[in-house]
Amino acid sequence: MTNMKGLSLQDRHAGSLLFAVALFSSGLAPAQSVVTEKSEVHFVSKQMNVPVDGAFKKFTAAVNFDPSKLDAAKAQFNVDLNSVDLGLPEVNDEVKKPDWFNTAKFPSATFASSSLKSLGGNKYEVAGKLTIKGVIKDVTVPFTLTPQAGGNALVEGAFPIKRLDYKVGEGSWSDTDTVADEVLIKVRLQLSGMPAAK
Amino acid sequence: MDPFVNTQYTRTAISLHWLIALILLAGFSLGLYMHDLPLSPQKLKYYSWHKWIGITIFMLGLIRVGWRLTHRAPGLPSSMPQWQRKAATASHVLLYVLILIIPISGWLYSSASGVPVVYLKLVPLPDLVAPDKALAAQLKLLHKTLNFSLAALVFLHIAAAIKHQFADRDGLLTRMLPILK
Repeated sequence: MTNMKGLSLQDRHAGSLLFAVALFSSGLAPAQSVVTEKSEVHFVSKQMNVPVDGAFKKFTAAVNFDPSKLDAAKAQFNVDLNSVDLGLPEVNDEVKKPDWFNTAKFPSATFASSSLKSLGGNKYEVAGKLTIKGVIKDVTVPFTLTPQAGGNALVEGAFPIKRLDYKVGEGSWSDTDTVADEVLIKVRLQLSGMPAAK
Repeated sequence: MDPFVNTQYTRTAISLHWLIALILLAGFSLGLYMHDLPLSPQKLKYYSWHKWIGITIFMLGLIRVGWRLTHRAPGLPSSMPQWQRKAATASHVLLYVLILIIPISGWLYSSASGVPVVYLKLVPLPDLVAPDKALAAQLKLLHKTLNFSLAALVFLHIAAAIKHQFADRDGLLTRMLPILK
């Protein structure tokens, strides 16, 4: 949620409520808070081999991460697909249409972790299920966790997906010669309330 | 026929002239056609092709100007009044300038719109300016204005050639179109 400043107080409350409900329904104990103003979900797609940056301005994330208890670690994301921003209003309207995200029917994309393992140092890998447009696929996301002062930490991860696996870009848009199949998703999370290092 | 005119541009200059004329026509027509199409994969293709065409014209234009500066152009018919000679020189200079700056204005417009240019899907070109919506709107207008100025000048250029060929009958056109000799 990079543009929280633009939201009214009411929206913020609604967001917090949704967030709380999401946490409750997923049975997660929110060990860490995600500082949404400093967190981002971006993606890079390519049209005619031109990299195009996009972002989802609204998402919620619940993270329970203790490096000493990886078996118990969990992460859950809920991304508001209507908050997609590709820089041009015409394009933002287009990608909400049925051929793309079909936000009228599938307003959000979700990720739910199933397992997490250490890759050594501050590198980790989380496996889980990614749901976009009603299609559920297993994905693994490598990420780094950089501890910061005051019990904060920065999480940065990126992983490629194939948009056609999720039926994102149907009809004439399924032509991968124009818009490439592969899309790189980049996540940056600012966490606070990390457990003290042992 | 004026013997002074009975010379022609070099084969390189002639090839460059007609090649640029052809590509320019393609790029201009494509630009006119594509700009108000609804968003589709085809539109994205057309935009990329249009940019590749522009970059190609810019490079050919540089070679053309370099060649023109290092090779003497054939003379004009002695029957041509002084003001026409001056007008011809001025319009040629202006044509060269537009051929070079129109692609740059398009490239600037693309950069300001936040869309990098990747020439022929292979060569990423540097962004000339940072993305800026207000600037992009101004550059769009500039690109359009320069193009319509070029179209008007090309119209004048062709009208003059036709006048020389069919009204003056001075053989001027054979300098660039030797096949008419």
